[in-house]
Amino acid sequence: MTARLVWRKAVNGVMLTLTGLCTLLTISVLFLILGYLVWNGASSLDWNFFTKVPLSPGETGGGMANAIVGSFQILLLAVLIGVPVGVVAGIYLSEFGRGTFPFLVRYMADLLNGVPSIVVGIFAWSVVVVPMKSFSALSGGLALAMMLIPIAVRTTEQFLQEVPNSMREAALALGASKWKMVATVVLPAGAAGVLTGLILGVARIAGETAPLLFTALNNQFWAKGWREPIASLPVMIYTHAISPYEDWHRQAWAAGLVLLAMVLVANIAARLILSRGASAQRG
Amino acid sequence: MAAPASIAASPQGETRTIRQRLRGGDPVAHLLTMLVAGTVLLLTVLLVYQLWIQSADARHAFGFGFLWSMDWDPNAGKFGALPFVYGTLVTSALALLISVPLGVGAAIFLAELAPPRWSSVLTFLVELLAAVPSVIYGLLAIFTLVPMVRDWLGPALEDTLGFLPWFKGPIYGVGVMTAALILAVMTFPYIISISREALLSVPREQREAALAVGATKWESTWDAVVPFARLGILGSVFLSLARALGETMAVTMVIGNDPKIAASLLAPGYTIASVIANEFTEATGKLHLSALILLGLVLFLITMILNAAARLLIVATTRPGAAK
Repeated sequence: MTARLVWRKAVNGVMLTLTGLCTLLTISVLFLILGYLVWNGASSLDWNFFTKVPLSPGETGGGMANAIVGSFQILLLAVLIGVPVGVVAGIYLSEFGRGTFPFLVRYMADLLNGVPSIVVGIFAWSVVVVPMKSFSALSGGLALAMMLIPIAVRTTEQFLQEVPNSMREAALALGASKWKMVATVVLPAGAAGVLTGLILGVARIAGETAPLLFTALNNQFWAKGWREPIASLPVMIYTHAISPYEDWHRQAWAAGLVLLAMVLVANIAARLILSRGASAQRG
Repeated sequence: MAAPASIAASPQGETRTIRQRLRGGDPVAHLLTMLVAGTVLLLTVLLVYQLWIQSADARHAFGFGFLWSMDWDPNAGKFGALPFVYGTLVTSALALLISVPLGVGAAIFLAELAPPRWSSVLTFLVELLAAVPSVIYGLLAIFTLVPMVRDWLGPALEDTLGFLPWFKGPIYGVGVMTAALILAVMTFPYIISISREALLSVPREQREAALAVGATKWESTWDAVVPFARLGILGSVFLSLARALGETMAVTMVIGNDPKIAASLLAPGYTIASVIANEFTEATGKLHLSALILLGLVLFLITMILNAAARLLIVATTRPGAAK
C-alpha cells in the first residue's frame, strides 16, 4: 500500500468516527433529558399530583389535576377546530385543487406553519381575548388550533397523494362520482397516514407554551367554564420552574415527566399505526 | 363510434339545470372543500392584518427608528427594539455555529455512513428529540445548563479567553451563551432530519460512480454526495435559524431577561420572543402593548423571509430530477 492510500483510508476511518460521534452526541441529549426527568420527576409523582390543585407557595403537597384536565380541554378545542378545517382543506388540495388558488392555500399553510408560536399567541389574544375582555380557554384552544391547521393540511394532502392513482381510476371507471370516490376509496386508503400525521400534530401542540401565556393564561383552581382562564401543563411547568420555591420545582419536574411521557407515547403510537397501515396495504 | 357519446350525455341532453348538476355532488364537494381551504388562507391574512393594526400606535409613534433605538423603559414611555433584535440574532447565530457542524455531521453519518439498521433506529430517536416540548428544554436548562455555565464553562472561558471582550465576567449562569447552548440543542433535530433527506435524495449513480473509480466511502460522500445536496443542507440551516429566532420558552427561562446590549456573551440579554412572553400580560399601557405587538410583527417578518428562502432551497434539491 502506498502512503497515499494509507492516508486516504485513515481519513475515511477518522471521518466515520467523527460523524458517528456527532450522532452519538446529539442523540445522547434525548437520553439525558429522559434520564434527568425520570430521576427528578418520578419521586414527586404521587396520587396527590393527579388529584389535587396547586397549593400556594410555602405549603407542601398539592398537585396539578386542574392543569392536566385543562390541557386536555384546550387540546380538545384545538382538535375540534383544527382537524376538520385542516383535513378538509388537505382533501381539497389533494383531490380537487388545480391552478393558482390551491398554490396560494398551500403557500399560506406553509407560512402559517413557520409563524413563531408567540406570534400566534398575539393573534389569538387580539381576536378572542380583546373582544371578550377576558383570558379564556377558548382563546387558548384557538391559538393551538392555528398551529394544528397547517400541520393537518399538509399531512392530509401528503398522505392522500400517496394513494395510488389506479385506485382512483378504478372507482371512477365503476361509475362513482368524484366525491364518492374520495369518500369511499381515497380517504379510507389514506386514513392510517392522515391519522398518524394528526396524532403527531396534536402531540406537538400539546407541549406548546408560548401561545397560551396570554390566551389561556393560568389558573390555580379549576376553571368554571370555557370563557375563563384555565391551567395547562406547559404553562404550569413554566411558572413553577422559574419560581424560587423548592416544592414548586419538584412539581415542575413531575409535570415535565407527565407531559414528556404523553408526547413520546403519542409519537411512538403514531409510528406504530403507520407501520401497521403500510404493511396492511402491502399485504 | 356514436354510441359512447349518447351514453355519456345526460338524459336531457346538453341543457342540464343547476339542480341536476348538483345531484351528482361533485361541484358541491368541490365548492365546500374549497371554502374550507379558503379559511386557511383567510386566517393567515387575518393574522398579518391583526399584527398590523394592533401595532398601529407604536408604528405611528416611533416609525422605523423603533428598530435602532436602544432604550426600553416602559415606565418612561421609551420603546426601542435594538436590544431585543440584537439578542435574538446573536443567540440564534451562536446556536447555529454550534449545531450546524454537529447536525450536518450526524446527518452525513445517518444518511451515508451508518449501517442501515442502526440508521433507522437512530433517525427515529432524532425524531423523538424533535418532539420534546420547548418548555421541557427550558426546565432542564434552568437546573443543569445554568449551573454548568456558572460554575464550569463560564469560568473556563474567562480564564482562557478572558482577554477578549466576549468572554468577560461577571458570570451569572443565565445569559446569552446559555440561551445559545440550549437553542443549539433544540435545532439539532431540524438540521439532522432535513439535511439527511437532502442527502438521501442524491441519485445513487453519484455514489456508485465515485466508488467505481476507487474513492473511499468518505471521499464519495464528501466529494460526490454532499456537494449535490448542499442547497438542501443550506435550507435546513435557514429553517433552523427561523425556528431559533422564534423560539420563546427555553430562551426566556435562561437568558436573564435584561434589555441591554452587553459585549460579553456571558452577560444576560433579552430576545424579541422573550420580552413579549414576559411583559405582554403586565403591559403598563396601550403604547407598551402596541410596541410589544410591533416587536411581534418584526419577528414575524424576519422568520417569514427565512422560511421562504429555506423552502426554495429545500424544494430545489429534494425535487426529483433536480440538477444541482
